[in-house]
Amino acid sequence: MRMVRLLALLPFAAMLIGPFFVNRVEPTVLGMPFLLAWCVAWIVLSAAIMAIIFRFDPANRDDRS
Amino acid sequence: MNGALVGIVAAALLALGLGFLAQRGRQMGLGQWTVAGRSFGAPLVFLLMAGEIYTTFTFLGGSGFAYGRGGPVYYILCYGTLAYVMSYFILPPIWRYARDHGLYSQADFFAGKYESRWLGALVSLVGIVALVPYLVLQFKGLGIIVEAAGYGAIGAEPAVWIGAAVATAYVMLSGVRGSAWTAVAKDVMILAVVAFLGIYFPLHYYGGLGAMFAAIEAAKPGFVVLPDHGESAWWFSSTVLLTALGFYMWPHTFGSIYTARNARVIRQNAVVLPFYQLILLFVLLVGFAAILQVPGLKGADIDLALFKLSVKTFDPWIVGIIGAAGVLTALVPGSMILMTAATLLANNLYRLAHRSAADHHIVRVAKLLVPVVALVAVYFTLAGGQTIVALLLMGYGFVTQLFPALALSLTKTRWATPAGAAAGIVAGVATAAAVSLTHTTIATLFPGLPAAIQELNVGLIALAVNVIVLAVVSAGEKLVTVRSRSLDKPTTR
Repeated sequence: MRMVRLLALLPFAAMLIGPFFVNRVEPTVLGMPFLLAWCVAWIVLSAAIMAIIFRFDPANRDDRS
Repeated sequence: MNGALVGIVAAALLALGLGFLAQRGRQMGLGQWTVAGRSFGAPLVFLLMAGEIYTTFTFLGGSGFAYGRGGPVYYILCYGTLAYVMSYFILPPIWRYARDHGLYSQADFFAGKYESRWLGALVSLVGIVALVPYLVLQFKGLGIIVEAAGYGAIGAEPAVWIGAAVATAYVMLSGVRGSAWTAVAKDVMILAVVAFLGIYFPLHYYGGLGAMFAAIEAAKPGFVVLPDHGESAWWFSSTVLLTALGFYMWPHTFGSIYTARNARVIRQNAVVLPFYQLILLFVLLVGFAAILQVPGLKGADIDLALFKLSVKTFDPWIVGIIGAAGVLTALVPGSMILMTAATLLANNLYRLAHRSAADHHIVRVAKLLVPVVALVAVYFTLAGGQTIVALLLMGYGFVTQLFPALALSLTKTRWATPAGAAAGIVAGVATAAAVSLTHTTIATLFPGLPAAIQELNVGLIALAVNVIVLAVVSAGEKLVTVRSRSLDKPTTR
């Protein structure tokens, strides 16, 4: 399941390229300007993506590796 | 003694107590002192990492940056997250190599991979030059916090001396275990305090987050997003990338990887640590809340935004709790930096001159160097002015220069030679220093280029110089060795 590792590229795309497209105040999300909400959302999504990669990584079945 | 001071003193005593308890019943040899015998499970590695990454710079500087410069501050939410994502793939091989070869410091890793003690010495020098200003910043922050939260009952100067003494004492005694144990108290307190402030201030002063941002937007249109020019999306993207690459290159952060029990612990942390970034959101909200409530802070004073607003809002005893959290936030990273700098000096520089020295001798030297490093930092804290700020900015630029040589050491093919790695680091560090001292930007270097490229972080230039020099010197060295081998052939046959 090495393909799953490619998911790790998404946070990079979102945080390095995303700001060019989401650099605006409106619409606000939970009161936050859109750009801030975008960054916060991707913090949470990054953790979720890493959890998925962790789950499918065969390396994690062996405690000693 | 006022109510606020009680909290601050209690924090210092708590740190001292936990630091002493941490070494109970253990022989503090080099392996225990620097890397805790490679025994930490996921929770302790998490606390240690979170404990040293989230410093007074985060606490004071993060809120101050939001207060003074607005939207561009979001970059601090992003770069740590990306660094954690990378850590999943990069750190486990580093940990494995360190375990197999019994490494203690970041410099050991370079020395081992490139089979060059001199490269190790160079890396440790770069690390120490970057670490001292970082330590100075922690002490400076400690002074500011104690003075502000204690309503001036203890001045900044005695606070710095006391803080340095506390950190020195428990580091000498307990090493990295002392830092990990105090980090437990620190992380719990800072989490509670920052979350409370970040929720309370917007509610109390504006009635909610939406109302707060609407008020800021009305007073300063466009302040809470990136500006079209200057700190634009181009600046943002390049800065996030650069700081993410430099993140784990700090010698104390790199060294804390070694404390892990196994590689799985490190991967677990790559999943959990991004959540800790959310703490920064609350820090930023405090800074934003202060914009309209304590207006007029300029220059270095923007770092006082959090405490100015807290003193204005709360009773002294609450300010004391905030101050106590702040003191621990300075002490924990400060102690890790002290331990790391002393280890680099003893293990990678002193050992160069005393190659036969045993580990029990090295650890004694390292422990004796802890108060020396602390005194140097106290001196710069009390004497230094703007130079220190410049040094710190350079410090991040310096450690980032270690990234290319590190990344290339993890590949199967040997792209970089020891001389190439060393030359690249030296060239990159020299460029970073020159750029920082002369306040060069890409705009001043290349006035003809489009604005988008001019707004890129100038640190990219130093990294590019580094990679080019590394490639050229490595190719040259390989050519020379290949030629000398082929010349040797007829005689050896």
